[in-house]
Amino acid sequence: MLDYVNIIVKSIFVENMIFAYFLGMCSYLAVSKSVKTASGLGAAVIFVLVVTVPVNYLLENYVLAEGALEWLDASYGINGDNTMDLSFLSFIMFIAVVASIVQLVEMIVEKFAPALYGALGIFLPLIAVNCSILGGALFMQERQYASIGEATAFAFGSGIGWWLAIVALAAIREKIRYSNVPAPLRGLGITFIITGLMGIAFMAFLGIKL
Amino acid sequence: MSTQKESLFSKKNMKLIKDPLNDSNPISIQVLGICSALAITIMLENAFVMSMSVLFVLIMANVVVSLIRNLIPDKIRIIVQLVIVATLVITVDQILKAYVYEVSKQLSVFVGLIITNCIIMGRLEAFALGNKPGPAFLDAIGNAFGYTWILLVVGFVREVFGSGSVWGIKFIPDSWLIDNGGFYEHNGLMLLSPIALFLVASVIWVQRSKNRKLIEEN
Repeated sequence: MLDYVNIIVKSIFVENMIFAYFLGMCSYLAVSKSVKTASGLGAAVIFVLVVTVPVNYLLENYVLAEGALEWLDASYGINGDNTMDLSFLSFIMFIAVVASIVQLVEMIVEKFAPALYGALGIFLPLIAVNCSILGGALFMQERQYASIGEATAFAFGSGIGWWLAIVALAAIREKIRYSNVPAPLRGLGITFIITGLMGIAFMAFLGIKL
Repeated sequence: MSTQKESLFSKKNMKLIKDPLNDSNPISIQVLGICSALAITIMLENAFVMSMSVLFVLIMANVVVSLIRNLIPDKIRIIVQLVIVATLVITVDQILKAYVYEVSKQLSVFVGLIITNCIIMGRLEAFALGNKPGPAFLDAIGNAFGYTWILLVVGFVREVFGSGSVWGIKFIPDSWLIDNGGFYEHNGLMLLSPIALFLVASVIWVQRSKNRKLIEEN
């Protein structure tokens, strides 16, 4: 149990998607003008990450990785005669999974939870091409989590971290309207600087050993 | 047809190349493709390899999508584009792993993330779907170089002040360092990721001070 908590805390604060890796910056900068829409997009990112990362985890461990096809026949196993390493296909498989799951989720949510669709609807299609979703899958592959539970915990933590970052930025941007920013820095420039300062603040968490 | 055919290097087409270098730069004005631009600019070499990968993928994807633009059903165009881009990125990834393995290790997941790089999807959606292959090719070159020069500037500044070298060649002798009894110390801040944001903000500041039309509302 503690393992899961560790992974979640680590992926929210220490390895924050935005402040440590800059993933999903495009929508982070574009949709952070008001707290309400930012929070909606953040919730959609959490949701899609939690759905896609476990699916990609299964795909990685039962189809793509070296010797992962062992369940078909022992000779495909890691010491078999026909060992296959399909990991070069992982980009195309992951992005196909993400794009189709997003489409599917959109249809299911529209049918069964119209209220949720109203809140997330416009953001869902955007998310298929959000770097943080594919980034989540690729980090999952790189870090080799031991079980599907750990991969899900990582996805949940990263999503929360992304949500936290965009809501915090939106709150600051709502207030910054009242300050006198140098004209050429207004809008995009000052947002970059704020994000940088927030990133430096988040580095305080780097010392935490989990 | 052929007599009225517009030359590939007409004034209008040259504008496609020139505009993204400055007034509609993908990074500093259109805010596309920031993710990778910031994470991999610690060394000039990484920034260069990344730019060349994006250049290749963007040109090929723009031309291919533009060639088959009338065949793609509108509803599934995003998936079609993603598949084309993903195929190109796999090619790039395999080539990098074969020839510059060290750099490819350092770029880690960011090569794969070229797939979701907003510059590529943005240009495919905004330009390639509605234009002929010739202009799409020029548009890709313009945008890729607009991306490249910002990456190279940020990578250069970070490497010079952060590690005292250019392209991996040290120009500050070790005897100057404080650890060895000298007077100089590298600026460790330059190696941290947030500094890239400040550098891009400075580029934006300079660019918008020169061309005041680009200034936004708060």
